[in-house]
Amino acid sequence: MRFGQRFYLAEVVSGIVLTARHFFANMGRHIAHALGRRQARGAVTIQYPEERRPMSPRLRSLHRLVRREDGSPRCVACMMCETVCPAHCIYIVADEHPNPEIEKVPARFDIDLGKCVFCGYCVEACPEDAIRMDTGILEFSAYSRSSMIYTKEALLALEPAGADGRPQSPIPMPARRTVS
Amino acid sequence: MIDLGISFARVAFIMMFILSLGGLLGWIERKQSAIMQDRIGANRASIFGIRAWGLFHPLADALKLLTKEDFRPVRADRFLFSLAPFLSVFFALVAFAAIPFGDVLRVGGREIPLQAVTLNVGILYVFAMLSVGVYGVMLAGWSSANNYALLGGQRAAALMISAEVAIGASIMGVVMVYGSLNLMDIVRGQGALLGGWIPEWGIVTQPLAFVLFLTAGIASTKRIPFDTPEGESEIIGYFIEYSGMKAGMFMMSDFLETVVIAGLTVSLFLGGWQVPYLAADGFHFPWGATWGLSHLVVTVLQIGAFSVKVMVLIFVLMLVRWTLPRFRYDQAMRLGWLGLFPLAILNIVITGLVLLLVRGRA
Repeated sequence: MRFGQRFYLAEVVSGIVLTARHFFANMGRHIAHALGRRQARGAVTIQYPEERRPMSPRLRSLHRLVRREDGSPRCVACMMCETVCPAHCIYIVADEHPNPEIEKVPARFDIDLGKCVFCGYCVEACPEDAIRMDTGILEFSAYSRSSMIYTKEALLALEPAGADGRPQSPIPMPARRTVS
Repeated sequence: MIDLGISFARVAFIMMFILSLGGLLGWIERKQSAIMQDRIGANRASIFGIRAWGLFHPLADALKLLTKEDFRPVRADRFLFSLAPFLSVFFALVAFAAIPFGDVLRVGGREIPLQAVTLNVGILYVFAMLSVGVYGVMLAGWSSANNYALLGGQRAAALMISAEVAIGASIMGVVMVYGSLNLMDIVRGQGALLGGWIPEWGIVTQPLAFVLFLTAGIASTKRIPFDTPEGESEIIGYFIEYSGMKAGMFMMSDFLETVVIAGLTVSLFLGGWQVPYLAADGFHFPWGATWGLSHLVVTVLQIGAFSVKVMVLIFVLMLVRWTLPRFRYDQAMRLGWLGLFPLAILNIVITGLVLLLVRGRA
């Protein structure tokens, strides 16, 4: 410790000068922002629910099931994703497809998001490109474990995120989510 | 009857001033610290969609604290446990009473001194109240039947004693210069001009005492950098067992003490309600110009000057609180007893010598 530092006072004053400089600089930017200069920002805060930070297109968000032209799932219930899933969170029940060209269709396709680790292996394993993780939805907390389970219908209804990375489909609210 | 009304109005004004400022400090603290740290700060509380930069947060906090469970530990002393927060807040509130916020107001042949209580030992009264306030803290620590709280209370007592000694010694210089223990007289004495130009404020005549007093004053508010009694981030403090509004009262008493220390520093060192070059009948500038003002305007200017000075000093205290890290317990003790106290004694000796040389009497 230098001799001068032992008296605290000089160091205290230099610290206060530093923080005061931050205060007045930020205050000036806040005032400029309020007066109409929109690019002036006194804080780095993102006001989250209204403002969302830009997300990478590669981000793995909430899953969705891709639809065919007629609205039925593209999934053929091959069980690849269920097999590869390290968290065992996918549950599929296969059924006959009315079209003889297509072998099978899932009667049930449930994902337990309480177990999912968002590794993306299901997306990579899928031979039909039927499951994707591109909805941009990150908010799917729930009040119960059972409402963390997303059914086939719920997953089919989801839309991919827009070009700006924002979710297109409404964010599923815990209270409104139906329990299967 | 009218006298009673006037006395009531004086007390009510001070109560409103200190209580509203104490409530506002919660907001100032959050917002100022946020802006200092490149953040925005609490801004979500709203009434009918109006957020007003988070101004409703103190209100929301008070509502929340009032509706929370008022928990009392089984083995706690029932009476003292409830008494402690009230003691703490009460003495912080009444301490401001002797601080003048304006000169004597003359209305209808009456002379109304603008302070809640006219005391010729005002300065001693304020320190007495500030010192007694620590009993609330010590009682809280003892009556909680919690060893951590007890240790916190003891740290508070030790810190308070070392701070009070330094405060008492550091103001002696001011008392010697202005020759009075009456805060009104001290503030009046600061209206004189040094060499015809510089207002004879305490910070000019007693710069060392100002630094010592401010340091010890911050210590006596128990806030960072001297928050060893509380230590909210890791060490456990004296009000660990308190919940709801009782905990809120301890927080509020810290804020009120900040206001009191700011008011006291302003009165002793920053000229109190004095506006530079403003006399009872208007401005008298040192270059000869005068600007006559009516008595009422002068009084309003004085009250305004006092409020502005207090606000500025609160800003500085907040700046200190959000800049410095905490002193360790032994460092705070060493600073109080081996730093502030000897320097304050030295200040008394130097002041006495200078007064002897300048005035020919001590």
